[in-house]
Amino acid sequence: MKPPFGSIILDAAFRLMIPFILLFAVYVLVHGHYSPGGGFQAGVLFAVSVILVRLVHGRDAAWGVSRKGAVILACLGTFIFGGIGLLTVIFGGNVLDYGALPLGPHEAEVRAMGTLGIEIGVTIAVMGVILTIFYAMIGKED
Amino acid sequence: MWAQLSTHLQYWFIAILLLLGLYGILNKQNLMKKLMAMNIMQVAVIIFFLTLGQKAGGTPPVLIKGVEGAEAYVNPLPHALMLTAVVVSLSTTGVALALLVRIYRHYGDLEEPDVLRRLGK
Amino acid sequence: MRRLSWLVLVFAAFVFFFAAGDLPAVGDPDSPPNTHVSPRYIEASYKETGALNTVTGVLADYRGYDTLGETVVIFTAGIASLLILGWMSTKEEENHP
Repeated sequence: MKPPFGSIILDAAFRLMIPFILLFAVYVLVHGHYSPGGGFQAGVLFAVSVILVRLVHGRDAAWGVSRKGAVILACLGTFIFGGIGLLTVIFGGNVLDYGALPLGPHEAEVRAMGTLGIEIGVTIAVMGVILTIFYAMIGKED
Repeated sequence: MWAQLSTHLQYWFIAILLLLGLYGILNKQNLMKKLMAMNIMQVAVIIFFLTLGQKAGGTPPVLIKGVEGAEAYVNPLPHALMLTAVVVSLSTTGVALALLVRIYRHYGDLEEPDVLRRLGK
Repeated sequence: MRRLSWLVLVFAAFVFFFAAGDLPAVGDPDSPPNTHVSPRYIEASYKETGALNTVTGVLADYRGYDTLGETVVIFTAGIASLLILGWMSTKEEENHP
């Protein structure tokens, strides 16, 4: 990653694309209940946008996720998932039985919200893992 | 066997894909090519499971208002399981690539005979 | 060795093509995989999980424990690749012949 391989054309093109990739990732995440999509796909899209920035701009990218941040994200996502499983046990249900969460009277809506919660956890975990693998591959030139 | 041509053709193509991956794993010398062959085998297994869940005339398993009944939608269970398989395939590929990078740094080569020769030394 | 691998391939080809004949026809709505538990998923998913996308309902609600294991698997893979390639330094390897 020593010389970033971005030319001016690549730079302009990715500058245009990355906001839409991020927006599409958010759409895929929160609309996963009603259309094809879900946590894994959204996580991959988030990771792709960060990797694109990193590839085009190299080390002096304006924003991104650091090497340590990627590991923290991977841990955090798995922790959110496991934490929601633990919360359902604390509120008196089985593991990952979202109906036990005290979020509202309608059980289907509560379950949909619990599903969204673990989808967010999965998204963060997948994003962190892909970035971790990417940073492990490119070596130590940080 | 030929009487099943119209109903089982897809399975034969999947078998060909699986054999292609097996051929790559057994006969190629380059470790990177072996990894690609392994990925081809994984894709073959994924397509096989998705094929088992097909229904003639079924729509994708996203419920549409006005379309009722289990016959109108394809089986969602293989889709969910194969989403798992895709992600596991991603993680195995990641670990395998990390091992390949490590081997390349250590031996300077990814050809299997060379690596084995230096391992035996 | 090369000949043995071709033998294995031909054997596997025979097994696959004969076994394919016993599988249910593609697109058969009454085949065993399509009649066991999936009608319940399709018919009750919206009422029980609130997800129109049945795949999300199955993946995250009916089989949430599965997905938890899957997340742990990819987490392990990420940490494993990081540990294989070294956290920060690759110096001792560069000195190795």
